[in-house]
Amino acid sequence: MMKKSSIFAAGLLSLAVVGTSIAQDSENPAVKARTSIMQLYAFNLGTLGAMAKGEAEYDAEAATRAANNIVVVSQIDQSAMWPAGSDNVSDPSTRALPAIWENFADVGAKGQALADAAVAMQAAAGQDVEALKGAMGQLGGACSACHKAYRAPEN
Amino acid sequence: MRRILLFAVLVMLMVGLAGLLLTRPQRVDPARLAGLTPDVTRGASVFYSAGCASCHSAPDASEEGKLILAGGRRFETDFGTFVAPNISSDPDAGIGSWSALDLANALKHGKGPRGQHYYPAFPYTSYAKMTVEDVAALHAFLNTLPASDAANIPHDIGFPFNIRRGLGLWKLLFSGSGWVVEGDLTDQQIRGRYLVEALGHCAECHTPRNGLGGLKRGLWLTGAPNPNGKGRIPGLTTAQLDWSEADIAEYLISGFTPDYDSAGGEMVEVIENTSKLSDEDRLAIAAYLKSVPVQ
Repeated sequence: MMKKSSIFAAGLLSLAVVGTSIAQDSENPAVKARTSIMQLYAFNLGTLGAMAKGEAEYDAEAATRAANNIVVVSQIDQSAMWPAGSDNVSDPSTRALPAIWENFADVGAKGQALADAAVAMQAAAGQDVEALKGAMGQLGGACSACHKAYRAPEN
Repeated sequence: MRRILLFAVLVMLMVGLAGLLLTRPQRVDPARLAGLTPDVTRGASVFYSAGCASCHSAPDASEEGKLILAGGRRFETDFGTFVAPNISSDPDAGIGSWSALDLANALKHGKGPRGQHYYPAFPYTSYAKMTVEDVAALHAFLNTLPASDAANIPHDIGFPFNIRRGLGLWKLLFSGSGWVVEGDLTDQQIRGRYLVEALGHCAECHTPRNGLGGLKRGLWLTGAPNPNGKGRIPGLTTAQLDWSEADIAEYLISGFTPDYDSAGGEMVEVIENTSKLSDEDRLAIAAYLKSVPVQ
């Protein structure tokens, strides 16, 4: 009898675990789209970052291609990707804070700062590794500025 | 009977006196600062390494506004709410009238010019290891920053923590002396240790505290609950942080993690400071972190 109830409890627990893992991926295509944008940034930043850290040899052409991509991604019109109800209170799979919807003007300004930093990287990436390293700081600062204000911490 | 009573009174007086002496604020020997020629450029580097602006600039200060050390940020803790004071160069509202010695006593012993104890929300247990040369340099640099006439807002602390004299006892218990990471360190790791354990006061957030708010030095940099209640501040020991030294240095300049996610939370303001350090200093921090033993 004891055994049965503990098996039942284990079953419940695993259901709960499965439940949480399902909640990791949003059902909301808008959330999926903006997550994809972040992945595009991360992939291209990886090329630049490896050179900045000295893990990969500096390659002006590859760096320029990655920087061009970041500029293109920063120009995607995201206005349809942030519908009402896609904050972390309504949808636990996202870390987007409700404050975004209360401060659209500021979010826009921070987005513009990122676009500017991307253009600065585009100019720097092909020059030399020192210029690239300098532009990484501005680009990272632009990412962090928005994440600090509008993204919930990881648990 | 009367003799026993008299003896008891004497003992109590002596214990009381010893208590007063022990809880009296310590001070820096003025001779240690005499004859120093402060280096303002070095002072700027100390300023960013020590992260002064992250607490003492006005709440929500812009990037340029970070150099106006008007105070006013609130820090909610288990002991009450602390409000960062004005440490701008204003002689009345700020600390513009302070000597380098006053600043040394504040940073190294948590002691104000009138002899009062400061609360350890001001991380003087870390700054205690700051060299007097760096204090003098920082003093010179602070004097070049703008003045603000913003009045200080009193802390909101309940009994018994509102009795400042009690902080003398706290300091006796928790002003850990000596470096935490010792042993055979390279010059680069020694520089990193100074940046992490003294100036950067990284342990103030990355090390857990006991019930009285003292750092658990035996759990150095193993991570801690976030004081604002959300999430957890990560551990940085070699067992917990598997980033390469280049990864750590890159994070400290751009905020990018090895996965090219970016920093969030309080660390964003820390990186605003560390991004202004030299490459050598960022790599020194990384080298030190790689020497923090597995707990």
